[in-house]
Amino acid sequence: MTELSRIWRETEYRYNLIGYKCKNCGNSYFPPRDICPKCHRESIGKMEKVKFSGNGEVISYTVVHDAPPSFKRQVPYVLALIKLSEGPVITAQIVDSVEEKIDIGTKVHMVFRKIRQDGDSGIIEYGYKFAVN
Amino acid sequence: MKVLSNEVYIIGAGETKFGELWDKSLRNLAVEAGLKAIENAGIYSKDVDAIYGANSLAGIINKQENIGALIADFSGLSADGIPSLRVESSTASGAAALRDAYLSIKSEEYDVVVVGGVEKMTDIHGSDILEKSSSILDREWEAFFGATPAAMAALIARKYMHDFNVDKEALSMFSVNDHLNGSKNPDAQFRNKLTLQQAMNATAVADPLNMMDCSPLSDGAAAVVLASENYMKKNKKEGVHILSSAVAEDYLSVGSRQSIYTLTSTKLAAEKAFRKAGTKRDDISFMEVHDSFSIYGLLELEDLGFAEKGKANKLVYDDIKLEGRLPVNPSGGLKAKGDPYGAVGVGQAVDAYRQLTGKAGDNQIKNARYGLLHNMAGTGASSIIHILGE
Repeated sequence: MTELSRIWRETEYRYNLIGYKCKNCGNSYFPPRDICPKCHRESIGKMEKVKFSGNGEVISYTVVHDAPPSFKRQVPYVLALIKLSEGPVITAQIVDSVEEKIDIGTKVHMVFRKIRQDGDSGIIEYGYKFAVN
Repeated sequence: MKVLSNEVYIIGAGETKFGELWDKSLRNLAVEAGLKAIENAGIYSKDVDAIYGANSLAGIINKQENIGALIADFSGLSADGIPSLRVESSTASGAAALRDAYLSIKSEEYDVVVVGGVEKMTDIHGSDILEKSSSILDREWEAFFGATPAAMAALIARKYMHDFNVDKEALSMFSVNDHLNGSKNPDAQFRNKLTLQQAMNATAVADPLNMMDCSPLSDGAAAVVLASENYMKKNKKEGVHILSSAVAEDYLSVGSRQSIYTLTSTKLAAEKAFRKAGTKRDDISFMEVHDSFSIYGLLELEDLGFAEKGKANKLVYDDIKLEGRLPVNPSGGLKAKGDPYGAVGVGQAVDAYRQLTGKAGDNQIKNARYGLLHNMAGTGASSIIHILGE
């Protein structure tokens, strides 16, 4: 069982697609990170939260047939690498979309969905998925 | 009196069979491999200065930490107080332990060190293992959203095949080669040959990858004994020279990387390893590469510098065969020999030791002089390379 606090502390980022922008170089990052990998110590105190538009493009995708127990009910599901319009590439599922319409280059947008369930009596976890435009 | 350089040699090697070993526990495996190695090296417990034990997932699969102490204890060495530490670097734990042991001799702290690697992966029910093995990814931002190691490899594979117009057949050929070599390795998990058709038509795991693109779940352990040149001369031992050891990192998440099909950690580690060893790519007689998924085999051929990006498919039909220009995975690789996470990197060293001492049996490569070992963590987050020679 996952401890509630572990899920709770990431909800802001997962529910709203919030990452960080380095005020030193202007690069945006997702997942959230405290240090800019380009600017290193120059970025200390200069990383600020940024809400992404949720618009992006499929870089690559796969149909997952073999999944951990907490994803068993969703099999087969589409997992993708999505390049957000602001730059970062994130790993997320594509849902509510006809599989034939998903390809490299397909435009997608973020939707808020149930991600997984931690066993029969555990926490239900939510966050971002994407859908074809 | 110090008269010799502190070069490091492998003076003995041993491993368990890799596979689903229901009757053997984590500690049984570790002890079996360790004993085989020290017997092979012809040393005794009194000669051992330290043990470096590699393991990746015992904490969450077997619910056992404190692996260093466990190995020392059941090897009968606890009462002697011999230092025994566990090294963890995900699926590259084996090479990480080998490197730490190498550095400990290089630094002249020790003369004789036993390096072991062990993983017991079948002590867990069904698909629960996928929950555990996904800890080699970024748990919060990859695995949390349904990514598995196979899914991440599949994402890389699809983009690679798309951008370079590479057929799935090229990936399958890597598995076919592994199985052909594994069929001749008595320690391998799979001894069956694989036809291209079988490799192409296996059950889907994460499209475009199927079951024959994915390494299996494996139990297994491997060990090598390292010694300083000083110790070797004094005790009239012979061994295989570790010419270089190099490691480099990349982002943990695939999405954060500059290019999703470039293993930058492998590129950087390879440059360092070749420079330090003073060898050229043409000198390499064989390689063991970390092909936990077939796509990685192709990327590694490229990022180790043996093919241009997108061109590794030219090598997979003939060059990488046992009798080819550049034999790859003579042991059977991760697909056929097996993939017991923490043991893989040490197992590669066992194979290389056997090749370079002419004791590789049916897999022996003629005139093997230099071997390159590539062990990788996760989806390429760390790469550790060793070049071994005469």
